[in-house]
Amino acid sequence: MDFPILSYMIFIPLFGFIAVMFLPKEKHTLIRWTSLAFSFVPMILSFYLTYVYYVNFSGSADMVFTEGPFDWIAPVHVQYFLGADGISVPMLFLTGLLSFISILASFNITKRVKEYFSFFLLLESGMIGVFCALDFFLFYVFWEVMLVPMYFLIGIWGGPRKEYAAIKFFLYTLFGSIFMLVAILVLYFTSDPHTLNMMELIQTVPGVMGHSLQLFCFAFLFVAFAIKVPVWPFHTWLPDAHVEAPTAVSVILAGVLLKMGTYGMLRISWPMFPEATRFFAVPIAILGLIAIIYGALVSMAQKDLKKLVAYSSVSHMGYCMLALGAYSSVTAISGCMFQMFSHGLITGALFLLVGVLYDRAHTREIAAFGGLGSKLPVYTGLMVLFSMAALGLPGMSGFVSEFMVFVGAFTAPAPDLTIYTAIAVLGVVLGAGYMLRMVQRVFLGEFNSEKWSGLTEINVREIITVAPLAFLTIMIGVYPSPLTKIMKATLENLVNLMAR
Amino acid sequence: MPDYNLKLIIPEVFLFLWALFIIAFDLGTRRRNSKLIGYLAMGGVAFTGILLSTYHGGFAFGNMFKSDMLAVFFKVIFLGSAFMAIGSSFGIITDKIKNHRGEFFGLILLSTVGMMFLASAGELITLYIGLELTTIPLFVLAAYYKDDRISVEAGLKYMIIGAFSSAIMLYGLSLLYGLSGTTDLLAMKINLAYLFLGNNGLGWGPLMAIILVMAGIGFKLALVPFHMWAPDVYQGSPTPVTALLSVGSKAAGIVAFLRIFTDGLFGFSIEWSMILAVLATGAVVLGNISALRQKNIKRMLAYSSIAQIGYVMVGLVAVNQLGVAAAGYYMFIYLFANMGAFAVATIFCDKTGSDSISSYAGLSKSSPALSAYMAVFLLSLAGIPPLGGFVAKYFVFAAGIKAGYTWLVIVALLTAVVSLYYYANVIKNMYFSAENPEFKIKPPLSANIVLILGVAGLVVFGVYPEPILNFALDAAKVFIF
Repeated sequence: MDFPILSYMIFIPLFGFIAVMFLPKEKHTLIRWTSLAFSFVPMILSFYLTYVYYVNFSGSADMVFTEGPFDWIAPVHVQYFLGADGISVPMLFLTGLLSFISILASFNITKRVKEYFSFFLLLESGMIGVFCALDFFLFYVFWEVMLVPMYFLIGIWGGPRKEYAAIKFFLYTLFGSIFMLVAILVLYFTSDPHTLNMMELIQTVPGVMGHSLQLFCFAFLFVAFAIKVPVWPFHTWLPDAHVEAPTAVSVILAGVLLKMGTYGMLRISWPMFPEATRFFAVPIAILGLIAIIYGALVSMAQKDLKKLVAYSSVSHMGYCMLALGAYSSVTAISGCMFQMFSHGLITGALFLLVGVLYDRAHTREIAAFGGLGSKLPVYTGLMVLFSMAALGLPGMSGFVSEFMVFVGAFTAPAPDLTIYTAIAVLGVVLGAGYMLRMVQRVFLGEFNSEKWSGLTEINVREIITVAPLAFLTIMIGVYPSPLTKIMKATLENLVNLMAR
Repeated sequence: MPDYNLKLIIPEVFLFLWALFIIAFDLGTRRRNSKLIGYLAMGGVAFTGILLSTYHGGFAFGNMFKSDMLAVFFKVIFLGSAFMAIGSSFGIITDKIKNHRGEFFGLILLSTVGMMFLASAGELITLYIGLELTTIPLFVLAAYYKDDRISVEAGLKYMIIGAFSSAIMLYGLSLLYGLSGTTDLLAMKINLAYLFLGNNGLGWGPLMAIILVMAGIGFKLALVPFHMWAPDVYQGSPTPVTALLSVGSKAAGIVAFLRIFTDGLFGFSIEWSMILAVLATGAVVLGNISALRQKNIKRMLAYSSIAQIGYVMVGLVAVNQLGVAAAGYYMFIYLFANMGAFAVATIFCDKTGSDSISSYAGLSKSSPALSAYMAVFLLSLAGIPPLGGFVAKYFVFAAGIKAGYTWLVIVALLTAVVSLYYYANVIKNMYFSAENPEFKIKPPLSANIVLILGVAGLVVFGVYPEPILNFALDAAKVFIF
């Protein structure tokens, strides 16, 4: 490709970050619309990219839209190397869309507006970079770059315990990253000739690296990715960060950041260390199973709406881990990708909707509400729609992905996960439990008219933010084949690589 | 007759004369024009840099003065640290030091001359004289607030420790002379290899010499367990002097270490690198953990600089080309980050009179630019990409892994996570606090030059590290591994 679309996607928000910083502080409207414009362009580019990939390249597993490798720091073989395939394209699509939506949803921010939007654009730049970097150093840089704006976004605009949540998120993720850094350096010095090019490493590592060193690198990378997902027992940062973060940041956290963990596994760990993947597959599936059940049970006990959604994320990402344990099944791995995509849409929307209610009621306590359905019919309709999607109602994307995960994990040739899968299905029942209970207690029952008579219906801007998510959730639920087509060839190739 | 090659020491000679000129000029103008003196000093440093770029490469006075790439690389760091220290001290000289401005700058320049001689030392006597010329002006500078008890205490403490460590080091150097029969480092390397490598093991003589010299340099670098003096001295000294102590004088210690160990004692590198690995572990663990509890920003930065030098040591432990280059690169980035952080602390203290971290609360609202600079400096010290500090850490750790010190790298990385907590604590105060300070800090032009230079250095060399890395790799080629 002559047109470096991926670089544009990364650097337009970065340029926006700098541009917004130089806008006058008090011109809030100008700042908002400028930022929206800077996130609109990468979104359109991500749609275009997805379309081109769908039409032209979805039959092959090759990297496309590649840029480079160009030498960046030549003495240590660091390169600037970008590319996209069936794993990254859906993630880029999701990032482009959710970033734009989140910026639109942030229009009601009135505190330190300029800093908020410039940090948001920096965050977007980092996220897009993670999903298309093919050089390990570059990947690590983007992976870390995001932490700083995220830290500020939670710390300045967050809830009552923002300082604690912000530093916990920062330290936790950095703690994971250093293990990745060690693994990167070990891989660099093991490869011959030394390289940080992921595509080359995937080809050569199984041949040159000893068994125990493979296990070592795999485990180190796993810690980094597992903290991001987060896999039980590394999940404790998540409820704090999600609950304290402002609405739009929660959307990005749940919708994009969590996917970086599973993306890293699919892009790096699994194909690069097939032996280690086989070795650790069952424990990983068990961790996924624990997350599914544990996340669902904890969700049930929550009194705070946002916390409920946060813990449901732990449960939903558990399905991804279970699927990743079934490394030999294309269906399971596709289910994992589907779940990543659909969880991004559904949970993103749920956080947006919880934010809408919180803006009006200034509380998120489930017990404080009741009977909102009669007062806010449109809002209730949307909330019920996404709750149903989250519990896996057929016809919505959540059902498709969970079904694929279960079928894939149950029938996977290796390892034998039938029992774990059977237990994991319980998670669906529990999921229905907490979601329906929440719907019942918030929207049905008796309406407290003196307390909530002042609540206003969801406005047009807020509807615009969730409408595309609703459309995609239903579209994929009814007609999943475009998404399948995009990822199919890549994932088949991935499963072949893992069979080495 | 040895080849004197006098033109190689033109930069040093010029800086020396310029220091005297500044003192004389201040007297001659009856100490009226404080800003002009400052700019003259900064200009002199910059001009020395230009002279250095013209006159370098080769040996002078036989082998005593080496103007090789290693020396040039570190001289750039020394000049940079002097430049930034002078630039950030304009507030102090107008408010606190009214009577001895010329001497203040003159001493900074003289100390820099010492560092430059040290970096070029080809043999032990020159090295020792360079070291003394570096530290003696610093004793005076540390005690420069002569009415302030803490400052006087700092000066006194630094002098006693400095004299003590010099004695220890001198003892080690004399042992080395006795063992090898020469003070010339190159000849020493050959003689020691010839005399000892045939025997199995090290023997008591060289071991004693290694330990004594390492302890001497360890005091100068404030390596654990020789670090006790650093927090008190750093807290008491005028902040620009603290900055100079933590960057310039430490870089001088690093180059002294490189000249003696990586060159002269190369034959024993397996033994001394193991000792150094233990010292580095102590530095990163103790430095970072102690920094967690500090409430005074200068003490916090003092402990942080103990830890930072620990990371540099990881590069030196590796004893390979990449390691030396990485250590150099690290010092180069550390120059921008640490001098910058101290410059912010200086400016903040000029305005508010406070060094406590909690008084930074809400600074981002009243002085957004200053807070943003500080955040960049601290995040670079913590090693967050895409700033220079990350790339520097990456190179150092790469060298460590290459040399097989994986455990050391893992320990160092774990402590780097700890370090984020206290760096972020300052950022938390500046940005997350609900407080709204009344004062507004507008740094003077000279300080703005320093701050912008610091931020630009960190961003540019974080994104595009290749030129400096190549420069550092050239410097590392001085050693044969």
